[in-house]
Amino acid sequence: MYVSPIREPLIKGSKDYSQVTKDILAPMAGKPSKYWYMGITLAGSAALFGAWATFMTVYYGIGTWGLNKTIGWAWDITNFVWWVGIGHAGTFISAILLLFRQRWRTSINRSAEAMTLMAIACAGFFPLIHMGRLLLGFFILPYPNTRDLWVNFNSPLLWDVFAITTYLLVSLIFWYIGLIPDLGTVRDKATNKIRKAIYGFLSFGWTGSARHWSRHETVSLILAGLAAPLVLSVHTIVSFDFATSVIPGWHTTIFPPYFVSGAVFSGFAMVLTLLIVARKALNLEDYITVGHIENMNKVIIITGSIVGIAYITEFFIAWYSGVEYEMYAFINRATGPYAWAYWIMMTCNVITPQLFWFKKIRTNLVATFIISIFVNIGMWFERFVIVVTSLHRDYLPSSWTMYKPTIVEVGLYVGTLGVFFTLFLLFIRVFPVIAIAEVKSVLKATGENKKDHHHE
Amino acid sequence: MEKKYFKSIEELRIDTSRENDIHAAGDKFYILDAQREALTLPSTTRRDFLKAFGFTIASAAVATSCEQPVRKAIPFLIQPEGIIPGKASYYASTFYDGIDYCSVLVKVRDGRPIKIEGNSLSSVTKGGTNARTQASVLNLYDNARHKNPSKNGSEISWEQLDSEVIAKIREASSSNKKIVILTSSVISPSTNAAINDFASAFAGTELVTYDAFPASGMLDANESSFGVPFIPSYRFDKADLIVSFDADFLGSWLSPVEYTKQYIVNRKLVDGQRKMSRHIHFEGAMSLTGSNADYRVQLRPSHQKMVLAQLLSELRQQSGSATPGLGDASNDVKELAKNLMQHKGKSLVVCGSNSRDEQLLVNEINQILGNYGATIETDIQLKTRQGLNHRVTRLVEEMNAGKVGALIIMDVNPLYDYPQAAQFAQGLQKVGMSIALNVISDETSAATTFVGPDHHYLEAWNDAEVKTGFYSLSQPAIRPIFNTRSAQESLLKWSGNNTDFRSYIKAYWQKNLFAADNSYLSFESFWNAKLHDGVFESGRKETVAVAYTADAVNKVLASLAGKTMADSIDLVLYTNVGVGTGKHANNPWLQELPDPVTKACWDNYVMISPRLAEELNISDEQLVTINDSITLPAIIQPGQEYKTLAVALGYGRQNTGVPANGVGQNAYPLLGSEAGNISFYIAGVALSPQNSSYPVARTQSHHSLEGRELLRETTLEEYLENPQAGNEAHFEAEHHKKSMYPKVEFDGMHWGMAIDMNACTGCNACVVACSSENNVPVVGKEQVLASREMHWIRIDRYYNGDINDPEVVRQPVMCQHCDNAPCENVCPVAATTHSNEGINQMAYNRCIGTRYCANNCPYKVRRFNFLDYTGADSFKGNRMDPTEMTTDLRRLVLNPDVTIRAKGVIEKCSFCVQRIQEKKLVAKTENRELRDGEIVPACAQACAAEAIVFGNLNDKNSKVSRYFASERNYHLLEEVHTLPSVGYLTKVKNKSV
Repeated sequence: MYVSPIREPLIKGSKDYSQVTKDILAPMAGKPSKYWYMGITLAGSAALFGAWATFMTVYYGIGTWGLNKTIGWAWDITNFVWWVGIGHAGTFISAILLLFRQRWRTSINRSAEAMTLMAIACAGFFPLIHMGRLLLGFFILPYPNTRDLWVNFNSPLLWDVFAITTYLLVSLIFWYIGLIPDLGTVRDKATNKIRKAIYGFLSFGWTGSARHWSRHETVSLILAGLAAPLVLSVHTIVSFDFATSVIPGWHTTIFPPYFVSGAVFSGFAMVLTLLIVARKALNLEDYITVGHIENMNKVIIITGSIVGIAYITEFFIAWYSGVEYEMYAFINRATGPYAWAYWIMMTCNVITPQLFWFKKIRTNLVATFIISIFVNIGMWFERFVIVVTSLHRDYLPSSWTMYKPTIVEVGLYVGTLGVFFTLFLLFIRVFPVIAIAEVKSVLKATGENKKDHHHE
Repeated sequence: MEKKYFKSIEELRIDTSRENDIHAAGDKFYILDAQREALTLPSTTRRDFLKAFGFTIASAAVATSCEQPVRKAIPFLIQPEGIIPGKASYYASTFYDGIDYCSVLVKVRDGRPIKIEGNSLSSVTKGGTNARTQASVLNLYDNARHKNPSKNGSEISWEQLDSEVIAKIREASSSNKKIVILTSSVISPSTNAAINDFASAFAGTELVTYDAFPASGMLDANESSFGVPFIPSYRFDKADLIVSFDADFLGSWLSPVEYTKQYIVNRKLVDGQRKMSRHIHFEGAMSLTGSNADYRVQLRPSHQKMVLAQLLSELRQQSGSATPGLGDASNDVKELAKNLMQHKGKSLVVCGSNSRDEQLLVNEINQILGNYGATIETDIQLKTRQGLNHRVTRLVEEMNAGKVGALIIMDVNPLYDYPQAAQFAQGLQKVGMSIALNVISDETSAATTFVGPDHHYLEAWNDAEVKTGFYSLSQPAIRPIFNTRSAQESLLKWSGNNTDFRSYIKAYWQKNLFAADNSYLSFESFWNAKLHDGVFESGRKETVAVAYTADAVNKVLASLAGKTMADSIDLVLYTNVGVGTGKHANNPWLQELPDPVTKACWDNYVMISPRLAEELNISDEQLVTINDSITLPAIIQPGQEYKTLAVALGYGRQNTGVPANGVGQNAYPLLGSEAGNISFYIAGVALSPQNSSYPVARTQSHHSLEGRELLRETTLEEYLENPQAGNEAHFEAEHHKKSMYPKVEFDGMHWGMAIDMNACTGCNACVVACSSENNVPVVGKEQVLASREMHWIRIDRYYNGDINDPEVVRQPVMCQHCDNAPCENVCPVAATTHSNEGINQMAYNRCIGTRYCANNCPYKVRRFNFLDYTGADSFKGNRMDPTEMTTDLRRLVLNPDVTIRAKGVIEKCSFCVQRIQEKKLVAKTENRELRDGEIVPACAQACAAEAIVFGNLNDKNSKVSRYFASERNYHLLEEVHTLPSVGYLTKVKNKSV
């Protein structure tokens, strides 16, 4: 009898349920390793550097940065868009892949979503710190006041405020709802009273009853339905900051889809960067398998190719428009004083991901890790190229200037990286990095387990 | 009995049935029970809580409350006549600093002069100003002013100073030593009278006129040619062909404001004018005037004499006189001579050189062309720059020989700007008594025994006769801030006359000038009228007959015979429109003013031609040493003559304080001399590049238009054929101008501004005027290097064509007040909005500083307060004020009508909205409509070239509407559909294609 080739199992190592629980909860138990301490010291120091830079910026002013009369945004908005982009993978994985019934997502959605939240927090920092008068930043909220002052709903920056906060809230709720069954598990496994009490509180009295499960699944599906359009809308709105302006190189209608695919592209790259390390460090290779990595690499090829086509389309449209300012903006990108940034972007974003067409490369962990770093760098430069090279030479040549970052700007960027990794390191200590309940649901969905059962 | 309140009948019933049947009420009972319990809780608990709470909060508030600053507002006990708090008064006055003259109005608010405006009643300056005149109000509040009389640096009283000085002067007089009054050209008749009084009181008194930027070569030449040393009155407005040999008459030569006013008369093609003068300019270094010329010819300064001689010989030939045997003239010169002959009596040849020989040649050129009496008036003479160099040279010799017993220095600074300053300093040691009557502490007043500080001109009475018969008055606009005394009063006092200078001037005018005007019955009414107007034009003419003789020039021609033009590297030393001779170097506005040619500020530098730089392998900003004496950064200057270098004078001040100290290098010691006259170029300099570089702060770093149609120009021929010439893109843009949205209409006013680029010379007066009017912060060199200058108006300068000989075009750019403004819709907090009169407004208080508007402004006119430049920030200790503009003294110059901007907010041109508002209120109180031209923004007011016109676009008869209707009018980046309220008129050059 013909037996069709069986699918690779999603979880390797013929685990039973109790083993899964044990494996996944292992990183939370006991004392952290010395690598963890080293990691958090490094990340914490970076965060302190950022705190110093924040103080300098607020106390002395934006003048501590390298901006000038022509270039009003540079690293600040570059970092903002970069972080928002990174924040796209988590929700994409948990919401859109949930809707598409991609069950392999269960191994990675928890950490990817956590990463999303941290990235959005880091992203949200930049629009705040870039304000000249941060202490009056609350003006941006449409609150009732006796002076009849109201915000300007025509401003894409205001749309950002709503887009980012909505995304942060929905992602946070979605993530937390997903956590509840696992928090129940953590509570049940807890051996000390305080721990039990805390996780008991956090798990909202989860008992695992059929009714709980039913409600949980329904809420998850509704939230997934809510979150899915947000994945597309957030970066669309971020791209409006540029697309609705009049600056050549910003004023581009292709920006919304281009930004969204770029965001998913960079988000997946960051997930890969983190998980390739984490699966090793936390002994979760059976859960986050090469199959997962390969799937993510496939998403990277797709989105990377979309981004590449977008880059080329921009050039075509600049020529096709016949607008001299527009043409110059793009020629200047590729050949002007910041051409190096442009070519870093092109190499990292368009060329390197194409290597994933080779199965050998996309299933190779080291290669994947290196390319994911390349993509992270490339996507940062993409935003830098858009923000800075468009601004530094716009309409009137008399106002053309150059931009160079200062130590304070570097500090703010490194600071957010520090905060991001600090939070991630804390996350792996306090929450299960893999959705235990969801992984259990795919334990026997495919693969050897099922086959073995059948033949027994 | 306790009162019982109930909310419903049910409640009341339950309450009454409570005892009977507790269970019948069921759950409801318990709820209501609990409710009632809450209601009937002892009320004292809540009140006690509130009491305790209130007490805690109140005591916490009292204990921790911040100390409130005490602000005193003291009303006038007796209201001074004519002063309304919050309303500005204007006083006519005269700015004269020894170099520049300008008749001005001083704007005074609450007892403080805050702004200088041109006085349109003067027919010399006609309401125009230059950058230094505009900036002079800030000198009044200079931190480095002498605050008290002093002796050897320590403060003394005026009485002590007077007694000691008089004793010393008497001693000098009695010991037959000279008493020298050293001053810049005195144009004040009353001051001259006071000096004469002093001279008659003390035997041996001599007046030595010392000008840092002299015209002694011309004086000498005119003495040789006409028998009288004088500077004639030039009439650029009467000339159809202007030929200038290195005379920067729009920037620094003799009387630039006057000449700008005259020059533009024949340069503006508006209101039906179709005639334009032609301006041909010969120069080595690129100057403001040269860059405005129709034709600019590069000529090395050491070759100028020969070229002038060749031109003269060509002219002589063409007019049929004998010619000396000079080398063959170039075709340019032949062509020029022919051209000049066609414009006999309608041409004007001027020469900026301080060489007597060159001026002699120019004199004969003008003589042959019949320009004397036509474009050059000899019966009206300019009274400034009367200093003769050899007199100063003799003085220095006499000082060193110990022949000078007393030296009274009246606001000149020879220890800085005299080329042999060291010799002067040595001589000063041998002078019996030296006193400086200088206003601001400087190199000279640091070396004199006594300092008897003079008033700043805004604190003093004075008069002036800038040209024959053109009188003007100065009056104090503020009580003296420091313990100073008018220099003239000091002289009068020492000569035994105790009258104050005001009475002295008045007496002088009564005696000498009242008779010239018979339209007044009494002197008092005459005086009041003239004081009000600031000027008095008596119509007096010089009576000394001038007759031309060619003897001297023939000698010059003879000496040139057989000579060739040497091939050497020449260095030109010039004064720029900012700090000028250096007298105003301590003025932050002027230091931060970008040079109209190089766009550099806060330094002087060596301008070097691209060709020479390439040959010597010198890169931009590389340090170079000239003649082993002065090391400065090089700036590669397109259009500079191949082997001509140029360095600005006026930098490298010492003993002056912030900000002038240490800015640039003093180039005065480099000055050479020719036949006793200071020469503003030296031939054959040695240039040695250093291995290091030095950053020069420039407000513009890209100099090509990149082929963009931002600055549209045409030639006169093309314009006359088709007035739309060069402006075709405007009509195309108009054709394509469509919008989905309804056109925005403005009821009432729609403010607009038109800029005639043919008139604009790029002199930068508007930039200073704007800074002064709008409290624009000065940010210092480091911030300018970081491209963060704050100017609300800038003058873009572009080169076009060959880098070695480019055309220069300029364009003033300020906020364009777009009716479809890209900045307005991107501000998240609506801090920048459009007024119903078409003005793009900034609400500083609302701005949170996202800089989105600045990014989205295609004109890049929005300025961000990157740091706390003004001291308006709420944090202490973070102020960024390297130029000391925020000291209590300097702050007195701030315009109270304009908010000081804090760190972190955007600012930009407001069309001087405070002036609009002021005039609207005036019109309203007078119950009439606003008149066209009544509202004049600061930039337009300052502009000597009348290049900026402001008004109501809804009024089709307004001047600005007429400009907008001109075929030359276009809008900057109109194809972006920003709908700017600023229009530009195309530049038209009078040249053949």
